[in-house]
Amino acid sequence: MTKINVKVDGVAYSDEVEPRTLLVYYLREQLGKVGTVVGCDTSNCGACTVELDGRSVKSCTVLAVQADGGEVTTVEGLAGPDGTLDRVQQAFHEQHGLQCGFCTPGMIMAVRDLLRENPNPSEAEIREGIEGNLCRCTGYQNIVRAAQAAAGAKA
Amino acid sequence: MTTVEERPAPEIGQARLRKEDAHLITGRTTWTDNMTLPGMLHLAILRSPMAHATLTSIDTSEAVGRPGVVAVFTGQDFKDVQGDVPCAWPVTEDMVNPGAPSLAVNQVNFAGECVAVVVARTKAEAQDALEGIDVDYEPLPPVLDMEAAIADGATLVHPNTESNRSYTWVFDSGAAGTGAPIDDALSGAEVTVRRRFIQQRLIPAFMEPRSVVVQPSGDNVTVWSSTQIPHILRVMLALTLGIPEQKVRVIAPDVGGGFGGKIPVTPEEIISVLVARRLNKPVKYTESRSESLMSAHHGRDQIQDITITATRDGTVTGLDVHLLADMGAYLRLVGPGVPILGAFMFNAIYKIPAYRFTCEGIFTTKTPTDAYRGAGRPEATFAIERIMDELAVELGMDPMALRRKNWIAHEEFPFTTVAGLTYDSGNYEAATDKALELIGWDDLRAEQQKRRDSNDPVQLGLGISTFTEMCGLAPSRVLGSLSYGAGGWEHAAIRMLPTGKVEVVTGSSPHGQGHETAFAQIVADRLGVAFDDVELIHGDTASSHKGLDTYGSRSLAVGGIAIVKAADKVIEKARKIAAHLLEANEEDLEFADGKFRVAGSPGSEVGMADIALAVFAAHNLPDGVEPSLDSDATYDPENFSFPHGTHLCAVEVDTETGMTKIRKYVCVDDVGTPVNPLIIEGQVHGGLAQGIAQALFEEAVYDDGGNLTTGTFVDYTLPSAADLPSFTTDRTETPSTTNPLGVKGVGEAGTIASTPAVINAVVDAIRQFGVNDIRMPATPERVWRAIHGAGDQRAAAGTNAYGGASTSTSDGGNDA
Repeated sequence: MTKINVKVDGVAYSDEVEPRTLLVYYLREQLGKVGTVVGCDTSNCGACTVELDGRSVKSCTVLAVQADGGEVTTVEGLAGPDGTLDRVQQAFHEQHGLQCGFCTPGMIMAVRDLLRENPNPSEAEIREGIEGNLCRCTGYQNIVRAAQAAAGAKA
Repeated sequence: MTTVEERPAPEIGQARLRKEDAHLITGRTTWTDNMTLPGMLHLAILRSPMAHATLTSIDTSEAVGRPGVVAVFTGQDFKDVQGDVPCAWPVTEDMVNPGAPSLAVNQVNFAGECVAVVVARTKAEAQDALEGIDVDYEPLPPVLDMEAAIADGATLVHPNTESNRSYTWVFDSGAAGTGAPIDDALSGAEVTVRRRFIQQRLIPAFMEPRSVVVQPSGDNVTVWSSTQIPHILRVMLALTLGIPEQKVRVIAPDVGGGFGGKIPVTPEEIISVLVARRLNKPVKYTESRSESLMSAHHGRDQIQDITITATRDGTVTGLDVHLLADMGAYLRLVGPGVPILGAFMFNAIYKIPAYRFTCEGIFTTKTPTDAYRGAGRPEATFAIERIMDELAVELGMDPMALRRKNWIAHEEFPFTTVAGLTYDSGNYEAATDKALELIGWDDLRAEQQKRRDSNDPVQLGLGISTFTEMCGLAPSRVLGSLSYGAGGWEHAAIRMLPTGKVEVVTGSSPHGQGHETAFAQIVADRLGVAFDDVELIHGDTASSHKGLDTYGSRSLAVGGIAIVKAADKVIEKARKIAAHLLEANEEDLEFADGKFRVAGSPGSEVGMADIALAVFAAHNLPDGVEPSLDSDATYDPENFSFPHGTHLCAVEVDTETGMTKIRKYVCVDDVGTPVNPLIIEGQVHGGLAQGIAQALFEEAVYDDGGNLTTGTFVDYTLPSAADLPSFTTDRTETPSTTNPLGVKGVGEAGTIASTPAVINAVVDAIRQFGVNDIRMPATPERVWRAIHGAGDQRAAAGTNAYGGASTSTSDGGNDA
């Protein structure tokens, strides 16, 4: 077992983990952060996307020990303390950018990362920017709209 | 006083944002895999690496001694109690069902079949211990090619059968009295076109892997499962395992997509219940994506031999359909019936006087098949819409003109088809005209000609799909006539709370469709209460005790109508109490916007909330009236609903690379009266993506040993956002005449319609190179080979339905 110190959604944790433990299983099974989900085992679907030190990562492709000393933000840590939604969350709701909602935590994190890099993306740039995240319900059209709306909503 | 009261706008028709979203966008979800119970043990399943083999021995001794391992079970441990994974659709009286063990006992029949289960304190420990199990397999020849499987002397998949043919199901319009004999049409035809189309094997690939949690408690057992069918699962677990039904509670919490893929009762659910009860401990099993792709059921996989006949002037005179449908290794819950649903849809929107449909269900040593979005209807729609294009070419007619000449005209509804269904309503002209205008059809045709004339390396193709489908499954008597093991009704209940709020209970169990929103809109209008005051209760057999769940685009057209019927009963109960409170006669009361008013006496009114409170108090009710407004209804539809529409696709095909790009996709769908246009649009978008994926991207491929070679998302290529265009969607509104809301189903329409529109466009783009078909998915390699190959371009050999050896070469359909 290896000791790690990691801040997740603003809370500091100090835990023993197996060296092989993936970040996503650390989040889900040790911290109970089950808002972040596992959709595949080959890093294709992106459902497990979180932010590690400000950049999006697929948390099934990061070892928990690699997050030692780092800061993780999951979908559970986006809304304000009063429940105010992040602009990307809000846009997904308003544009009907989700149906079953299983890919949504990862999609929201991926769109946030995209907009950080490119605050005013074209439709094609959005589509390429989120191609590492799979959705089976929406056909992506309303996810693209949500990304556009979130970009427009930027202060 | 004669002021006109401001009436609230009707909820039905409004693009309400979804109630469901709040917890999904914040990660406050209840996926089954999120659940942890005290003392819970974790399961890992050892799956067969062989497609077909005898189990000669299984040694679990080393695994049992591994850290954290509590127990290891094999089929020998459960063979006397596990029963068979249920199949509820014996499509013919003589259908052969060899049985389907949850844990293999003597033999494995597909790669991925469950062979042993490890129970451990953590998931990681359970998975680690799998490698400590030693299994001796005595290989048997795999059975992969459907035609070879039913040839004389073929290796039998199951030793307890005499043939790999499970059933042969026939519909003949001459014999049924719904049309003319097909033989006359075939022998007297002026024009005959024959084609063999291949429906490749697909994987539903819902995003949430299946998961099940079981908690035993004395004789009782509670099952949480990522399922579309909590109510059916409860009945089937009781029947399969001999547990009294009242002791079983099934809960479908948040469910991450289904698309038919979560319709069956699964071996993993049965194994989890068996293990939990044997150990008297709560257990959880969650599959990995690779396990899901290889063992959760697949869809499609048909060889379709289609013959269409017509007169020289383009009047279709007959349609003869012969299907081979791959059941895979076992019959799952509704697997045998899936191709049979297509029997009623090959004739589509056309007036075809003679029709025959023959389907043979065939066992192979591949993953079992069952429903996948559309279930039988996409296959049928593909075949008819493809062959209408080929017939148009044969006749030298415009493909849309051929369709117009043969489709059911608006004024001819209701229309009873050659397959015996009565289409209640439709307006194919309106949808088509709108679609043609939206896509700019004439301009695209002109551009296509220009590109052809100039030998442009990028050719343009235009594809049509004028589709209808039957959904809202289903009238119980029709299901009975098809030997289905259950009815097609749906249940709803409405509970009026003392504060005027409303609980609505539905037996339809959603997994992304937006029931909580759409059903609240219906109730808000019907009872005159606020949208936000309506709460939907679903997905738990303890609280929504009765239902037939969600599939076949049935939730709104059946479940929604059950809610209407229950609401109407609430109003009738309330009317008695309103009359008492207002000291008026019941027949003098008018009900609108949630208030009873005495006709001709302005100001004399009482609202639903006041009545609910009066009923709760029960101080002042008329004699003999029970203190309750609560009502329920079980609605059995009198007919299917028949959504229809016109889908048009323009593709650019790069003849030098074979790359197909969808330039524009326009669809005008008619789903009757819209309840929530936002949800409708979302359903259409997602349906289109899956139908387009069949046309261009997805195929489950087996090698010649019977191993799935597309067992991860690396190889089974779901489209990403970058692979798809933005769609132009629109609607016409021709209300269904068979239900009080005028609604039709929308869940499957996009998938059913889109595949042939895309393939027709691809073929249209490259027909000048002598191409008249292209195998799906139409990958760049296949398209390039079709363009640059010689001779007959029909898709014949090389399908996975034909067998892995030829699939693995991806030979692009150049063989005759």
